[in-house]
Formats: sequence, structure tokens, C-alpha cells
Amino acid sequence: MTQQQGSIRLVGGRLVDGGREGRQAEALLIRDGQIVALGQAAEQGEAERVIDVSGCVVAPGFVDLNCNLREPGNGQKGNIASESRAAARGGFTSVCSSPQTSPVNDSSAVTRMIREVAQAQSPIRVLPVGAVTRGLEGELLSDMAALSAAGCVALGNGMAPVRNARILRRCMAYARTHDITLMLAPVNEALTADGYAHDGLVAARLGLLGIPEVAETTAVMELLLLAEETGVRLHLNQLSCARSVSMVADARRRGVAVTADVAMHQLLFTEEALAGFDSRFHVRPPLRAEADRQALLAGVRDGVISAIVSQHQPHDSAAKQAPVGATEPGLSTVESVLAMGMILVRAGELSEQQVVRALTAGPATVLDRTATLDEGQAADLCVFDPAASWQANDQTLLSAGKHAPIRDRDLPGLVRQVWCQGREVWNHEG
Amino acid sequence: MTALLNMDVLLDELEQGLRSQLREREIEAPVLIGIRTGGVWIADLLHKRLGLAEPLGELDISFYRDDFSRIGLNPKVKPSHLPFETEGRHIILVDDVIMSGRTIRAAMNEIFDYGRPASIILATLIDLGSRELPIQPDVVAQSLSLTATQRVKLQGPDPLRVEMRETQS
Amino acid sequence: MTAHNPSSQSLQLTGDGQLKHFLTLDGLSKTLLTDILDTADSFIEVGERTIKKVPLLRGKTVVNLFFESSTRTRSTFELAAKRLSADVLNLDISTSATSKGESLSDTLLNLEAMASDMFVVRHSQSGAPHFIAESVTPGVAIINAGDGRHAHPTQAMLDMLTIRQHKGRFDGLKVAIVGDILHSRVARSQIRALNALGAAEVRVIAPGTLLPADVESLGCRVEYDMARGMRDLDVVIMLRLQKERMEGALLPSEREFYRLYGLSQDKLALAKPDCIVMHPGPINRGVEIESAVADGPQSVILNQVTNGIAVRMAVMSMAMSGQVAERGRGQQGGDAA
Repeated sequence: MTQQQGSIRLVGGRLVDGGREGRQAEALLIRDGQIVALGQAAEQGEAERVIDVSGCVVAPGFVDLNCNLREPGNGQKGNIASESRAAARGGFTSVCSSPQTSPVNDSSAVTRMIREVAQAQSPIRVLPVGAVTRGLEGELLSDMAALSAAGCVALGNGMAPVRNARILRRCMAYARTHDITLMLAPVNEALTADGYAHDGLVAARLGLLGIPEVAETTAVMELLLLAEETGVRLHLNQLSCARSVSMVADARRRGVAVTADVAMHQLLFTEEALAGFDSRFHVRPPLRAEADRQALLAGVRDGVISAIVSQHQPHDSAAKQAPVGATEPGLSTVESVLAMGMILVRAGELSEQQVVRALTAGPATVLDRTATLDEGQAADLCVFDPAASWQANDQTLLSAGKHAPIRDRDLPGLVRQVWCQGREVWNHEG
Repeated sequence: MTALLNMDVLLDELEQGLRSQLREREIEAPVLIGIRTGGVWIADLLHKRLGLAEPLGELDISFYRDDFSRIGLNPKVKPSHLPFETEGRHIILVDDVIMSGRTIRAAMNEIFDYGRPASIILATLIDLGSRELPIQPDVVAQSLSLTATQRVKLQGPDPLRVEMRETQS
Repeated sequence: MTAHNPSSQSLQLTGDGQLKHFLTLDGLSKTLLTDILDTADSFIEVGERTIKKVPLLRGKTVVNLFFESSTRTRSTFELAAKRLSADVLNLDISTSATSKGESLSDTLLNLEAMASDMFVVRHSQSGAPHFIAESVTPGVAIINAGDGRHAHPTQAMLDMLTIRQHKGRFDGLKVAIVGDILHSRVARSQIRALNALGAAEVRVIAPGTLLPADVESLGCRVEYDMARGMRDLDVVIMLRLQKERMEGALLPSEREFYRLYGLSQDKLALAKPDCIVMHPGPINRGVEIESAVADGPQSVILNQVTNGIAVRMAVMSMAMSGQVAERGRGQQGGDAA
């Protein structure tokens, strides 16, 4: 990791962000960790270094609302140092760290510890998400105000649902009091039961234990109604069902302060990914039917789903080396998010700008932040070559989790260089 | 490819040979077993010629071959069918061609799994020599010696004829 | 987009379409299934001899790897292997000791040291034999003896053999499977086999709580009412009902289940007069089936047990043969005249 302050001019790249489509090459000038000029002005400004990024896209650094850095934890599945470096390689300059750690991030002490480790070891911004209930047990409120004061950007439940609707309602009312955003994964635990695959064609054929759509949709409805009543700012993590998307759209039309995200792999894969008992694709929520995938894509296109997340879940190999039902859920995705996005762009399912928007401005807005290529913005930048390819395998992946969704095949979308606050945090050339 | 041998003459030869063997050994009521597929065709004709009372037995030696570890199982294996007790019986075992002797070894092993016969007489239409085991037929209609590239095959069942062909290998 | 992983099909077949593992009936052709039944017929003949043993797998080691205990199934596999002259090792590994995946991988590492030629695997997780086939040293054949809710292909094939013996064909047959389809690996394999072999209609008869989502996609028609479902049947297959299904509100009571879905003489009378009755066993008399039906003239339940050994002999010798072919690829095969 090299660190260069001072002024840098990027020339020849196409500038793409939530508002720019990058139709032609334009220059961009950064100085003292900030974007100071674009276009004509950037070409004329003084620069210590000029970097030719012809053929590349210059985008704001990606923002991930759901990433598991596995720290605090026992280190087997990765830690802040390994996973933040992997995230930088994936083009991310800000990652929200899931509260589902060991111990759970339910106190300001844990939050401070995460921030201190990140300060020392992470090349990029680590934004802790605190636990909404103590120990994520769904029974007692966590010290929400203290967590927020310690630096938690939001509070969430990881993948552990708050089972009791009365407690959930109180979580929301209390969070509303302190203007805290809740990031909740919609899961009805009773309907999920022992399931680990979409309750559909593939589960029927392979005899996998199913998770029905209603395990998500009933939870979405409950969360939306409670959010509407309490007025809390609600962000729904990782939708997987078509029906969930339409319910969120309806709620937004009614004026409910709700946003939603989807994991990138949900946009690319379906239940068919499990057809060969490939344990990597044991994920939560499960990969669902093609109709669901189409609805999720439409949700990203029209903005109902404003963010795409990595839902990065690194594991040690033993956790994935078993029959599907005996493995731990989750893919190692943070380095492959852009590649999956570019596959969708090549297939004509999303535009380049839609992918960039959902990885930058969309998630930043959920956190009340910005991520655009405007003067005065922090120089959090991701430069990627959409035409160049790379391969994910045990040697190339930086994450401790080697179970990437697509391995040993050419992947489109090579992240060439990443800056966080003007410091270079990733360079493909090494 | 030539039909080089007269089948009727060969069968006459086999029948005569068998009759004299049975006479010599004073066997009254033998049972006849053919080895699939060519051996069964020959055995069927001999069965009629000898006018045997009991039905013909058919042996599929696929489960007894000694080369399973090299070439695997014959995918078209059919059940063996011995519609008589073999225990204590005099058996005439018939095959079309004998070469290494391995098929006959397998067939005898299989016959013994049905019961212990009193004796076995081996009759083959053609003897190609090149034996790899100490097994000799009691009756042979025709001995041939082939070059390395020649192959002999019995075609049938109707008409039954011996074909010789040149191979590349 | 589908993931690029080997399908069961490419995993269990050699390049030229021979069986090398036997994990599932999915993707197996009618021809191959018929070959299995034909080969099993030959082994039935072997079973009628004075010496019921052939030297086919002499010198091979077969390990019965049962992570879920089942004396009955294990015994038929053991007898099948012994009748093929293989050496047999029975390992009953309690599920509790290996409920974590790590242990399964470790178990396999230990077993590989024994230089086995075949693993017969029974496991409570769907896909476990598939996982083992992917992890194990090349040359070792894996036979699925029942995995989770996924498949029990040897059981389904022995049922097919029984049907063929009694009906002589599959074309035009109407077959119903009655009972707990949701949890049944046997039912999944039977539905697949019946469709592949050309049965005219496969019905599943069960209450909604015992049917998987999208069950029709397996190739069957759903019937909730048994009286209607029994009409014109050539074959009725009764599934075993596990007692624990009363928990978790899948069924109210055994009594109600028997009243609605148990096979009584009255209900059997609604099928064709020559309809045969099958049950993979062991039977819960008075829960799935009336004793008079189980022991009656239309029952072929005992017949199924005999066929089990022959089918397992067929599958084991064919898979071993496929492994031989795979290993010998490129080498010369010898003539043996």
C-alpha cells in the first residue's frame, strides 16, 4: 500500500457517479484529500502527478452497507486488516461492519475497539453498525444513544431477527427518538426454521430444506407497518423476493421513510446455483427464482432498491467443506462485486451508471453521507477498467474467504486504482 | 471377409467327435451347455443333432471373466439359464472359438457354482491355438492358425457362418 | 446465471456415459436405467444358484459408510457386496459425532488411507454423497444409500424392478405414491425413475403439509383425496410415516392420517383389480396400511426385499466397472476368447 498526498490529475477517464453517465473522457484533479476540479478546470490546474486512466471509469469509491469484517472474532474467518484490504481491492472506500461479531457490537467499548483497529489497520473507512438489541438476542434494547455517540452509523440486527413484534416496535420508537437509522434484515424466524435454500424447484428436486418467500415477505410487511407507525428511518437489508420489492415501493409511495438494498449476487444468481449441491451458494436470504431476480433488477433500475451491497461473509474453508445443509451461509464477495455488476451490464440488465449509483450515492444517502464526483468531496475514488479481466482463485483473492461466487474464470471489470481521502489504497500494478 | 468354411461339414465333424467321446466314456444322458453368444448357436444345432431329451443350457460368463479390473462389466449381460440340475451330471460344454482358454475357465467356474458335475466334455467349432491356460478341447471341428492381423468371428444365428477379417491393429 | 459447478450428471457418469458413481437418478437416461434393471435380472438368477456368489469384485474393498444407522439397508448392501466377492467393512458413524462438516472431511481423509474401492454412503444431509464423490480420491466409487430428503436411488430402482416383474412394462402405467412425500428421498427417486422409464402418470397423494413446494415440477400430479387418487391405478406405493411428523403440526394424529391416507381394502378396491401394492418398509401396520392389504394377494412387499440385493449388486458392479473404464482410458483392453 503506497501513500501519496499532494495533487494528482487523472486524465482520460470517463467520470461516472449517481448523476454522471461518463459519455466522454474528462480530467479530475485531487489535492489534499479532496476533489478540487473536474473537466476543463482540472486540466488547467497544477498537479504533481498526472495519471493516464484512459479506457477506465473514474467513480466515487464504493460504499458497502453490509460487510462482515469478522473482527472482533477468532480470526479464522478473517479480520479487519485482511477484509478491509480485500474491500479496497474491490473498489470500496467505506464499508459498514456488521454488528454480528464475537462479541456482538452492542456496546460503545466494542465500537471503539473496532474503530481503533480500523484506524491502525484498515486502508479504508470502516463504519461500524451497532446491534439494535443486546447480544442481538432480540430481548433488551442496546444502549443506542451511546453506540451512536461512539461512532455507529446505524443500528441493525445482522441476520438475527427481533422475534418479538412488541420489542421490535420499542426498538423503532427508541431509535426514532435519537434519530438513528435502523438497518434490519427481514426474517421471520419461525417460517425460516431449519431451511437453507429457496423453497422452490431446486429445493424440491434436491430435497433441500426450504425457506419460503413468506419467511421474508411477512417480516417486510411487519417492519414496514411498524416503521410507518413509529416514524423511524428504516433500511431493509438484502431483499430477495419480488413481493418484497413491491411492498417497499408501495410504502415509499405512502411516504414511509424506508430504503432497501440487495446483495449483488442476488441480482446474478438464482436457486439454480445450488443445483450441483455447491455449498458456496448457501446464502441468507437464499438465492430465489428467476422472477425474483428480475424484480430485484427492476427495483435497482427504478431506485426502489437504492443500494447494492456485497454481503461479504468470509469463512475458513472448513465452514464450507461439507454437504450444503451442514455449511455456514455466505459468499466471499467483496472483491467480486464490481465484476458481477459488469456481467449484468454486459447482459444489458443494468446500465453502468445504475451499478455505480447503487454502489456509491445510493448507499451513501442511506448513511446521510455523499459519494459523488463533485468539487469539495473527499477524494474517495475507484478507477476501474470495464474491459480488462481478472480471475478469482486462492492465489489472487485477498480475503480470508476463498469461496468467491465465480472462480477460475475471466471476470470483467478490473479495479485499477483506489484512493481513500486522497491516499492510494489499492493499485493493481502492486 | 470370406465365409471360408462349410458350416455343415464343421457341424458333422463336431457331432461325430462328440458321439465317439460319449461312446468311449459310456455316457448315456449328457446335458448340453452353450456359452453366449456363438457357443449357444452351435450348441442349439448340436442339441437337435444329438436328439437330447433335456433342454439346452445357456451360460453368460460376464460375472466370471478374469479381466473385470481391466475392461469392466459387459453392459449387455443376460442371466445364465441352466434348466436342469448340474450336480452329478455329465456336461457337454460348447463354445464357438477357443484361443486363450480363459473363457472356458470362467465357464467351468460358473458351472461349479450350480453344483458339482460328474464330468465336462469341451467341444469347440474352431481352435485358434495361442493357449494361455492348460485347457484343451475334447472335440474340435477345425484348427486354424492366424496371422497377427487376422480375426475370426462366428456370425449368426441364421445363417450361421464363420467370417475371417483383416484388422489394422 | 447458474454457477459453474459439475452437475450430478457429469459427476456420476464417465465420458462415454457409463455409471461411475451412483448418486441420483437425475440425468440418467431410460437406456441406462433399463441396463441397471437388466443387469439386476442376471443377478437374480445368480441368487437362485447353490452358490450365490460371483467373483466379479474379488479383491475390492467396499466400505459401508453409514452416518445414519439403518441395519436393514446396510445388510442388503453388505450381502450384495459379499455376493460380488468384495471385502466389506461396515462403519456406523453416529450422526452426532459428524454433524459438523469438518468431521465429515476428516472422516474421509482417514478412510482414504484404507485404500477402499467403494463407499456406500448413508447420510442425513441431502447431497452428502455428492460432496464425498467430489472430495474423494479418483477411482473410488460412491453409492448413495440414502441422503437426507434428496435421493435413495437403489431403493427406487429395486421398486422399478418389482414393477417390471409384475407389469412387464412401464408404458401406460398409472402409479401413485401415498404419504409423506416432503421428507421422502425414496419418493423423489421413484418419481424420477417412473418418469424416465415412461410411466403414463405419477400421482402423489398426501395432505398439503407433507408435500414439498413446487412438487409438480418433479413430474407428478397432486391428489389430496385418496379415493380419487386410487382410480385406475396399476401400482400404489405406500411410504413410511415417521412418528415425529405429529410434532411441528404437520399432522393431527396417526388415526386421522390412517383414516384419510392409510391403504385399506376398501380403498384398494378403487384401483384396478390387478393393482400391486408396494412399500419400501419397514411397515407401520395400521398407520400406512391395513395388515390384510400388506399380507394380501396384491401385496408385493416381500418381493421387494429379494430384488434389493440384485439391484445393489448391479449398481455396485456397474459403478466399479465405470471406475475401471475411467482409469483404463487410453490403455489397451485385452481380448479374451
